[in-house]
Amino acid sequence: MSEITASAPAGAPGASASARFYLREEHHPENGTLLGFWLYLMSDCLVFACLFAVYAVLGRSYAAGPSGADLFDLPLVAVNTSMLLLSSITYGFAMLEMQRNRLRPVLAWLAVTGLLGAVFIGLELYEFAHLIHEGAGPQRSAFLSSFFTLVGTHGLHVTFGIVWLVTLMVQVSRRGLGPENRRRLMCLSMFWHFLDVVWIGVFTFVYLMGSLP
Amino acid sequence: MSLPDDHASDAGAHGDGHHAHDDGAGHGTFKGYATGFILSVILTAIPFWLVMGKVFDRPSVTALVILGFAAVQIVVHMVYFLHMNTRSEGGWSLLALIFTLVLVVITLSGSLWVMYHLNHNMMPMSVHDMKNMP
Repeated sequence: MSEITASAPAGAPGASASARFYLREEHHPENGTLLGFWLYLMSDCLVFACLFAVYAVLGRSYAAGPSGADLFDLPLVAVNTSMLLLSSITYGFAMLEMQRNRLRPVLAWLAVTGLLGAVFIGLELYEFAHLIHEGAGPQRSAFLSSFFTLVGTHGLHVTFGIVWLVTLMVQVSRRGLGPENRRRLMCLSMFWHFLDVVWIGVFTFVYLMGSLP
Repeated sequence: MSLPDDHASDAGAHGDGHHAHDDGAGHGTFKGYATGFILSVILTAIPFWLVMGKVFDRPSVTALVILGFAAVQIVVHMVYFLHMNTRSEGGWSLLALIFTLVLVVITLSGSLWVMYHLNHNMMPMSVHDMKNMP
């Protein structure tokens, strides 16, 4: 700014200098956080792509152990999938209420989202415990190792998403819907919907295709 | 964030330093979320029905069809829930997504290709050899 005003003719009015200032500033990204968080999600996407590749290579190496068709309980997976899908739309409702600037409904929808996420994690842990109890733990075969790594990594992401969500609920209830909290809620929104996208890959590629003969 | 009164209160509180609502990032509408949700439910229910009901005789046909449904559902989520479009963040998020997709395709197809040939070229091994492995 200073060099612009310095290079401007001495008689120029201040208004033209400030107009030039705004033209310069418009080239900067106006909300770098969301783009940066999107880049984080893309790198996370690469982590999941590697784990999917591992599962694709090892997913049929049963080492004479149980196969996916023997182990997977598809009705349970269907319930799990609907939990995550419902939590996606309830988070969407929270974002809509945030746009309307209504604090209480935002907190209520966030709580519903967190509960659905917790049910998802609970069902997944139940499934894991059931598999390990049946002797189909991660050390049984390459198929089960890659299965537990892929699904477990996704579950870990959802767990951290719930921790983040509870933290944000406390922060929003104390500080209200200021611009900082809006930005944080939008980042978590992207994270939560991204995890749902990954789950589409998991239930299709791991559970449904694994159940095929 | 796109409400005009909100804009005014932001400008009052933070002066001219706050432009977050002008970045072109898509904001959802109730209609958008509802459309995405209904499409997702349909696109989830059909693959489960195809597999659990054993609709097709050949598993390879089922596999291809449910992969197609998954691809469509991922696009639905991207558009209706993540609000992806060509304008968000000045096109940079779409560019990052395309770059990531290229890397994902290379990772997946490359791994499968290499490992398939590696398995194919392994020396044949009997079950007896397998049991005596270290």
